Amino acid sequence: MTVTPGWYMALAAILFVIGLGGILLRRNALVMFMSVELMLNAVNLTFVAAGRELLTIDGQVSVFFVMVVAATEVVVGLAIIVAVFRRRKTASVDELAELRG
Amino acid sequence: MTELLVSAAILLPLGGSVILLFVGKRLPEPLAGVVATLTVGAAFVCAAIAGLDFFTGTGEAVRVDWFSWMPAFGVDASLGWDRLSALMTLVVTGVGALIHLYSIGYMKGDARYGLFFAYLNLFITSMLILVLADNFAVMFVGWELVGLCSYLLISFWFEKETAAAAGKKAFVVNRVGDVGFIVALMLVFSHFGTFDFATVFESAPDVLTTGVATAIGLLLLVGAAGKSAQLPLYVWLPDAMEGPTPVSALIHAATMVTAGVYMVARTAAIFGMAPIAAGTVAVVGAATALFAATVAMAQSDIKRVLAYSTISQLGYMFIGVGAAGYVAGVFHLMTHSFFKALLFLGAGSVIHGMHGEQDLSKMGGLRSRMPVTFATMAIAWLAISGIPPLAGFWSKDEILGTVFERGGLWTVLWGVGLVTALLTAFYMTRMMWLTFFGEPRWDEGVHPHESPAVMTVPLLALAGLSVVGGLVNTPFRTALEHFLDPVFEGVQLAHAPAGSVALTLAAASVVAALIGIGLSALRYRGRVPNETGFPWRVMGRGYYVDDVYGQVFSRTGKLAAAWLAFRFDARGIDGAVEGIGALTRRTGSWLRPIQTGFVRSSAAAVVVGAVALLAWFLSRGGL
Repeated sequence: MTVTPGWYMALAAILFVIGLGGILLRRNALVMFMSVELMLNAVNLTFVAAGRELLTIDGQVSVFFVMVVAATEVVVGLAIIVAVFRRRKTASVDELAELRG
Repeated sequence: MTELLVSAAILLPLGGSVILLFVGKRLPEPLAGVVATLTVGAAFVCAAIAGLDFFTGTGEAVRVDWFSWMPAFGVDASLGWDRLSALMTLVVTGVGALIHLYSIGYMKGDARYGLFFAYLNLFITSMLILVLADNFAVMFVGWELVGLCSYLLISFWFEKETAAAAGKKAFVVNRVGDVGFIVALMLVFSHFGTFDFATVFESAPDVLTTGVATAIGLLLLVGAAGKSAQLPLYVWLPDAMEGPTPVSALIHAATMVTAGVYMVARTAAIFGMAPIAAGTVAVVGAATALFAATVAMAQSDIKRVLAYSTISQLGYMFIGVGAAGYVAGVFHLMTHSFFKALLFLGAGSVIHGMHGEQDLSKMGGLRSRMPVTFATMAIAWLAISGIPPLAGFWSKDEILGTVFERGGLWTVLWGVGLVTALLTAFYMTRMMWLTFFGEPRWDEGVHPHESPAVMTVPLLALAGLSVVGGLVNTPFRTALEHFLDPVFEGVQLAHAPAGSVALTLAAASVVAALIGIGLSALRYRGRVPNETGFPWRVMGRGYYVDDVYGQVFSRTGKLAAAWLAFRFDARGIDGAVEGIGALTRRTGSWLRPIQTGFVRSSAAAVVVGAVALLAWFLSRGGL
């Protein structure tokens, strides 16, 4: 059995949905953050798979961008979460609802 | 050389005005006036030297180019130096300089002494721009500047509410006339493609149809009626008495009101093609002359008598220029500027000596207290009444003669003019009698005194001019007519009759003047008659024209303004603006609940949106 690009896409879709579920269902900001990373990596997987299939290097280039952005985002995001936790003694996003209209 | 002198004639008073505007406050009192007087005097000298060739008969008209002003329309800022503008320049600067000199004494101790002379100088500058203009555009600049200066000077004592209102009135009424003038200029430009006087007047017979010429003429008349205070736009002039007396003299004699007469004379080529327009000018003039003369008969304020007298005399000039007697009109303009300036400055001297009293009923018997003022004003009185050989007789007689010579319906205008001459003699005698003769009726504590030399010297100079000024153009020696001939080349001119007809007409107007003087002297000889009865009250109020205008124009204007301000603006425009604001706020509060602040519901919204978009794209079979 050969592993066709379809398999990669399916795996990426599963990973993406898991991440999405984490975001929609979990309240802990840290866990939601990890879910976002999962979704990003799911997208990365589709990029490299498609790039290989189409015989271009563009997919891999995009992945590098995504990884760099994800890394910086983690730095900023974690700093915010830590700062919020220090102030509010909680990391539950449902309790951080001051921006309601 | 001539170019330089003509430019200097304008630039000198302008320079004086600029200097006084900036440092006038810091100059010690008489110095500001002396500077202003000297600049105008120097302008007179420049004009006299430049005009020397005209008097010797060799001079040619000169065009003085300053700079290209509006190249897109081919309009240059250029001056035209010909015999008519030379004459006007000499009158404006000559009489203007005397009025400046007089003001040094009259305005003594005023809080804004320097500013007053800055305005006076600017007034002279504006009038010079007007009369020296070589095209309609430059003339319009002077035309508007004169209006501005009159506003500044009439409301010079703006602390007084009436003075501020009078200045505003002059400005607004003049604007009405200016609209006519502007439309006339548009017509001129659309037909000729240029504003240049020489081109327009030369090609007028080829370019204009009688209808267009009539339209332009009538529109110019509207402008002239505004500036020269003719019916129905005369109402600003009596109120202009609120300004300092020298300003009245300047407005009434040398500048401003003569602008309309000058403009009609300047555009003689157009009026020559439009007999209806020219006839209208004469009829308006005649109606104004008679109307204002009757109003002047019943005024109790010495300056208002003179104001209505000016309106009446300007009516004469309009009769003259309307009857194609352009020389006669300009001649009367000149002599009138001498004796009317004298009358106003004399009245100023009386007011000065009476500590600000202007009411005729509180004067009387001033003859012995103010001998110089009395003697000079008496000359002006006889001159304006038309007693030979004083200046007013010759010019008035020439206008009446010219009109009579036209025959037909013009004879009616001659009759009106003759009646006006009688009335003029009557009201001037009344004013003189109430002021200088009879028993003193002064208020307690008023000690009339003669004015200082700086004020009486201009009076004496103007008295001299009022005596001999008329001799430049008599039936025996038509010097002025020859002098102005080249200006009106190609224009059909009307002339006064000669021989026995002329003598009869002259005799008739002298008799009319004598009757007027006699009747008036009889009436005011003894006690001051009671003049509060029926005809006097109506005439005294100027036939209630001001009240009617107030009701018709001012009141409707105010109502319209109130409607616009409190209805249209407050409800309509503000309502629209506030409505948009309220709509935004209401929409916002309606949409508020969507923002729950829960991160996960926002995320869910994103997911739903993304899925929906994806579904839509897929349903269309790709992106």
